[in-house]
Amino acid sequence: MQWEVVIGLEVHAQLATQSKIFSGSSTTYGAEPNTQASAVDLGLPGTLPVLNEQAVAMAVRFGLAVNAAVAGHSVFERKNYFYPDLPKGYQTSQMSQPIVGPGVLEILLEDGTRKSIRIHHAHLEEDAGKSLHEDFQGMTGIDLNRAGTPLLEIVSEPDLRSAKEAVAYVRAIHAIVTYLGISDGNMAEGSLRCDVNISVRPKGQEAYGTRAEVKNVNSFRFIERAIHFEVERQIDLIEDGGRVVQETRLYDPDADETRSMRSKEEANDYRYFPCPDLLPVEVDEAYIEHLRGTLPEMPAEKRARFESELGLSAYDASVLSGTREMADFFEEVKNVCGDAKQAANWVQGELSGRLNKENLDISVSPISSEQLGGLIKRIVDETINGKAAKQVFAALWDGEGTTADEVIASRGLKQVTDTGAIEAVVDQVIADNPAQVTQYQEAEVDKRGKMIGFFVGQVMKASRGTANPQQVNKVLKDKLDSLS
Amino acid sequence: MSSSIALHDKTLSELAQGLEAGEYTSRELTEVFLARIERLDGELNSFITVCREEALRDADAADARRAAGKAAPLTGVPMAIKDIFCTEGVRTSCGSKMLDNFISPYDATVIEKLRAEGVVMLGKTNLDEFAMGSSNENSYYGPVKNPWDLTAVPGGSSGGSAAAVAAGLAPAALGTDTGGSIRQPAAFCGITGLKPTYGRVSRYGMIAYASSLDQGGPMARSAEDCARLMNVIAGADPRDSTSVVRGVPDYVEGLKYSLKGLKIGLPKEYFGEGLTPEVEASVRAAIKVFEDAGASVQEISLPHTHLAIPTYYVIAPAEASSNLSRYDGVRFGHRCADPKDLEDLYKRTREEGFGDEVKRRILIGTHTLSEGFFDAYYIKAQKVRRLIRQDFLDAFDQVDVLMGPAAPTPAFDLGAHKDPLSMYLQDLYTIAINLAGIPGISVPAGLAGKRPVGLQILGPHFGEQTLLGVAHQFQQLTDWHRQRPEFGQEHA
Repeated sequence: MQWEVVIGLEVHAQLATQSKIFSGSSTTYGAEPNTQASAVDLGLPGTLPVLNEQAVAMAVRFGLAVNAAVAGHSVFERKNYFYPDLPKGYQTSQMSQPIVGPGVLEILLEDGTRKSIRIHHAHLEEDAGKSLHEDFQGMTGIDLNRAGTPLLEIVSEPDLRSAKEAVAYVRAIHAIVTYLGISDGNMAEGSLRCDVNISVRPKGQEAYGTRAEVKNVNSFRFIERAIHFEVERQIDLIEDGGRVVQETRLYDPDADETRSMRSKEEANDYRYFPCPDLLPVEVDEAYIEHLRGTLPEMPAEKRARFESELGLSAYDASVLSGTREMADFFEEVKNVCGDAKQAANWVQGELSGRLNKENLDISVSPISSEQLGGLIKRIVDETINGKAAKQVFAALWDGEGTTADEVIASRGLKQVTDTGAIEAVVDQVIADNPAQVTQYQEAEVDKRGKMIGFFVGQVMKASRGTANPQQVNKVLKDKLDSLS
Repeated sequence: MSSSIALHDKTLSELAQGLEAGEYTSRELTEVFLARIERLDGELNSFITVCREEALRDADAADARRAAGKAAPLTGVPMAIKDIFCTEGVRTSCGSKMLDNFISPYDATVIEKLRAEGVVMLGKTNLDEFAMGSSNENSYYGPVKNPWDLTAVPGGSSGGSAAAVAAGLAPAALGTDTGGSIRQPAAFCGITGLKPTYGRVSRYGMIAYASSLDQGGPMARSAEDCARLMNVIAGADPRDSTSVVRGVPDYVEGLKYSLKGLKIGLPKEYFGEGLTPEVEASVRAAIKVFEDAGASVQEISLPHTHLAIPTYYVIAPAEASSNLSRYDGVRFGHRCADPKDLEDLYKRTREEGFGDEVKRRILIGTHTLSEGFFDAYYIKAQKVRRLIRQDFLDAFDQVDVLMGPAAPTPAFDLGAHKDPLSMYLQDLYTIAINLAGIPGISVPAGLAGKRPVGLQILGPHFGEQTLLGVAHQFQQLTDWHRQRPEFGQEHA
């Protein structure tokens, strides 16, 4: 049996507002427990919510970025359930009349195919607090710093057909929210997390299979793994004659498996009703248009421009426009060095490699865009060769020198292009290696190309890497060939 | 005004004048009331918490402020606060075991405003638990007695406030009204109580029962006193999104009102079955006073009146079930001993902390909001609510104010209503006003035997200036508001 995977995603993006969605408390991450929880966040009797306008503006800007219908009139509702880290006994959210209506998001897969994923809606809500189990033997600690942090929950239609598509979709959302500056998108800190709805059905069947929801997955890798595990589990289950039950599951990254949290039978009846403490949210056309004017160049536009104006490959353009930091860094490098292709190669190659290896984000890159641009500039104008460039890069990374020029000067890496000087070194190398010269001369002409590498290496070594490799090659070839 | 009236029988306005004239200090005044509370409240039970130390400290501060020439109109007058308003450093119990140990770390907006004016808080008055009740028999702290007749209830849920004012334990008090909880006890205790337009007075810091209906307001001995208090507490609050941004008129100025040409509507639904003849007689006599002063009277219909009680008992419990979820034993308030797990903590905390009426309404609300019943109850109730509101809007196209009884009977006996449903019917004339969001005032208009009768006057949204003016003019022509119960007089 051939199976088709059907995935829908609910992405929770924590909005980068200064204060909480319904109180004036700060939203800074990592503060001491309960130091950022006011009377309102604690749900003290008598307290009332006041909507943070910044959160509304951010939600509207997201809606505009995905070409969604922004609701002129939306309503906050209470979702009622008991949980120790839910201070009021309800979460203020939006269900029946969310602020952002249907929209579309285009995703780009690794093989270059594009696909449109429909967004069902996006709504504003408040986050809950956190239950702490460590350090509280036999008890639970409650930290309400996060309670009331604004979230934008972005709900997709079940249009995704593979783990790869799901990851591409979340990456696209990540790019949009970070481009807009409405979320820092920091998945490790929980600023972006998602619930994944997964079902399988025989290929060709129209009806959806029963789905399971995997809650709170917080990295691209885990999204992919959770889906792989869940798809396999569901297919095995059905093929063994079993039935998938609708339930909520949890992904355990350590065991790399999903586990049942609660089944639909025990599911809460949330008893949604309009929150009587908040007025409906009214946004008028003028306000929407004003916010439209604040939208930056979005990832898809940037990608297209990188391809058409800068002549980058589709792949390069897509990677470099993947996050706003990456795109900004790349553009700055390009502006300094004036060569988009070299800039693209270096940002994606040497820089990304090193950042990945040391697990650093580009926003904290030890080498600035200015420095990298200066380095590439010296490659382009042939002051240094590629080999020396790698040395300069390493030196700058380690904080040796503030500019590429400084490193080049202090290490004497300036490329030697003086033909006389190169000839002298070449002559010396030929004189020092008579055996190899003989071998070269005795070899058949079409094998000589390969053998010349030895001499090039010797010359480069003798020049401490500063000789222009093209020139070395040419001079060597001329000399060796003329000897025979 | 005769100076032979004992201080505790004077109105807030008179007391403010005396302070201004230097006849006594705020400390002296405060001591008079504290002494009366000490002597008389054992029998009445109108206070849950008496703030002796704080009151004297605030009185001294008020006297110092007056001496410095910085007194506001009500600086130094004492008053009582329904124990549903959060008061920093002073227990706010809401009449519930659940909050018996709750000391609020902040002041409600209205409390802040009263403090800024220099008003002295004598203490926190008794109420039906979480403001759920029409008789003040649902308090964890025991029932309040009606000073006019100690075998009668004072009305609810602001019964403690009403009884304290009627008995001369405080010249005025703050109450809240979700379905009549200012107006009905005001009527039962022979005082004046105003429920302002929803949104006119901030709800911030007022412990929520049914958020879309709750409204705080003044309870005092005269419409003039209510006007003075409204001048302090009314106005938009950036901390309450449902408070309305709109200029606040000078309510004291509005007292100069001419009854000539006033168009009064009598809703025929408020003079029907169940209305006690003595109450009807008093109300009709009061309306005659207006007619004699030049007002015209016409009959009006509010056709959806019969739906008000069922609608209220869908919407109010629905909101209450959600508002009261926070009392879970996790962060504040009562917590059961040695919970064995989370569910046990929730269940026993709420089982032990809430009284029967509160549990009853939480269950009703949870049911009506639950899947499969929401449309049939909650949504339907909201639609009916709009019809009820429209009834009033239509009525105010024809008349300036509506008048009728505040309650169908005078204060009933303690323990008279064993069946909660028969108790719910007590609010027949008050409840629709909350659903519509309009203001209403109850003024003393007679006695049925020993027990007072209240005339209710209703106005359009933000018409409280008119209501206070109309009520004040009535009080210029009558002296029902000057009547005092015998209780407590021997101590004068």
